[in-house]
Amino acid sequence: MTIIVNKETTVMVQGITGREGRFHTERMIEYGTRIVAGVTPGKGGQSVAGVPVYNTVDQAVRRHPDIDTSIIFVPARFAVDAFYEAVDAGVRNIVVITEGIPLHDEIKMINYARGKGVVVVGPNCPGVIAPPIRVKVGIQPARSFRPGHIGIVSRSGTLTYEISDYLSRSGYGQSTVVGIGGDPITGLDFIDVVKMFFDDPDTKGIVVIGEIGGDAEERLARYIRDVGLKKPIIAYIAGKTAPPGKRMGHAGAIITMGMGTAESKISALRSSGIEVALTPMEVASLTKKVFG
Amino acid sequence: MKLYEYEGKEIFARYGIAIPKGRVVSSHSEVPEAIKYVGLPAVVKAQVLVGGRGKAGGVKIVNSVDEAIDRVKSMIGSSLRGAPVRKVLIEEAVDIDRELYLSLTVDRSVRRYIILASREGGVDIEEIAARSPESIVRIHIDPLIGLRDFHVRRLMYELDLPEYGDLYNIVRGLYSIMLDLDADLVEINPLVITREGRLIALDSKITIDDNAYFRHQEFFDKLMSEERDLTEEEIVARKYGFSYVKLDGDIGIIGNGAGLTMATMDLVRHFGGSPANFLDIGGGANRERVKNALSILLNDRNVRAIFINVYGGITRCDEVAIGIVEALKEHGTQKPMVVRLVGTEEEKGRQILEEHGIKFYVSDEEAAKAVVEIARRG
Repeated sequence: MTIIVNKETTVMVQGITGREGRFHTERMIEYGTRIVAGVTPGKGGQSVAGVPVYNTVDQAVRRHPDIDTSIIFVPARFAVDAFYEAVDAGVRNIVVITEGIPLHDEIKMINYARGKGVVVVGPNCPGVIAPPIRVKVGIQPARSFRPGHIGIVSRSGTLTYEISDYLSRSGYGQSTVVGIGGDPITGLDFIDVVKMFFDDPDTKGIVVIGEIGGDAEERLARYIRDVGLKKPIIAYIAGKTAPPGKRMGHAGAIITMGMGTAESKISALRSSGIEVALTPMEVASLTKKVFG
Repeated sequence: MKLYEYEGKEIFARYGIAIPKGRVVSSHSEVPEAIKYVGLPAVVKAQVLVGGRGKAGGVKIVNSVDEAIDRVKSMIGSSLRGAPVRKVLIEEAVDIDRELYLSLTVDRSVRRYIILASREGGVDIEEIAARSPESIVRIHIDPLIGLRDFHVRRLMYELDLPEYGDLYNIVRGLYSIMLDLDADLVEINPLVITREGRLIALDSKITIDDNAYFRHQEFFDKLMSEERDLTEEEIVARKYGFSYVKLDGDIGIIGNGAGLTMATMDLVRHFGGSPANFLDIGGGANRERVKNALSILLNDRNVRAIFINVYGGITRCDEVAIGIVEALKEHGTQKPMVVRLVGTEEEKGRQILEEHGIKFYVSDEEAAKAVVEIARRG
């Protein structure tokens, strides 16, 4: 089994005619993802990589009622509208790749979607990839991943590819890899995804890639203290050298009011029995230590 | 982006939140006029974007025009906790009975807005949280229903201020400011109750969401103006769309992706070095972006050695390599450099580097050790 996506996952691409939408649609199809429709207002009737393009989400889902997942490449100022359009059309999983969506839009979007039971991955994320079934709803480079039994959940993109690559080369493939996004407000948090991995029989161990800012890692640590470490977890936290009050690339990566430091996260995770690697490479060696 | 106190207060006034009578001056010659307007005694407040201004001597009470001129003279052009003082706010002195703390922000962990308030105003919220956490009133607001009367009623009773109808307008004002201006923090500290029983915002702190400039050109213009104290490198980085943060070490860092770039800084520190900056070239960078990024570091006098760590996903290693070579051609090689390049088009990238005699690594840890050693040797 995998999480969030499965063999039947049927995808619509919003913003399919843009440079990124087009490029990644091709890559996703190459990998094995089932993409049946694209949406770009004003471009209805065209096709991208053999995928028909519609003017509205409503048209796309009426023509392809099996669509259960959308991936959004629409630029920030239009992404909010595209997102609500997908939620209101009944799409169950939405992956928002777009970076730079204003905070007040995000907070409303996420509350609205969660209230309707929609699973939102992102915004500002690389998406979801499940190597065992070759389904990718995202922008990850396929070469970093191998099928296996490690579930990865991360706030970052490239660093996740890097760590997956280290794991793959050490013989530890992945069940599902979820990038929850680098913004202060995200649809899924670490607890949501770790819960899913706990329930997934094909995931034997979990890697959590966190970073400074917010308290998602600390909350995960508290959750693990409450429910117990049902599967081994190895964590890595980026930003030990980040100064307070400065945004480190991601909108969510900022130490404010003395909160969100790497030290606080590392000590919270360790006190819950989670192994914390000090370098990306060490994630692979700790995995080896845990799984032999 | 942080707004200056005087900018925040102008916004407060627009939203009906009472502020002391005040004038901003950028030269002592404007002081007599300002004092005439606000009266005596008055308060002179250096306008800087750093905290701890009061303790650093940036706020003074004056009792005469001459005293005000002297104070303003010594403040303007000086620096306060490292921040240059360009403007001074001169305000009427307010007769204070009590000081409160009040702010509106986003509580990331529950995805809600939150009103934070305390009967102990005038000190940093961190200090209040450390000293008497029980005194902090926290009221969450669901963004789908927005600020409601019951939120404000709760706040009034929690603060034991049922007689102050003003509070209603103030909280409403803060909420509107937050949404209208895309602020992620709106703070009044202290919010004072005067002896006449009025509520006045004695200070202001507003930060604007960096993702929302596309609907607030005025803030973007402010950000890029001299007054924000951005370094030259920061302005160049913004122009090219990089994320750049200056640090105080001597090893320049370039990475792709925020997480990887932070991890690269951490790796340098892990092996005993000190990062000079954070510079994320982002996803899918072409040679031009790489060249521009590298140029920022080559022009930085504090940078003794450079560590480029790229994991090519969408980013192609050959494009990165070409960008590096072009930057070096333009500048001449004056700084030692360690390149770690893996991923998409890795072989082509390495070949290009090799042809130009640039040493590259496959292991990020080996590369980090190497750059630390180079910086140490100087």
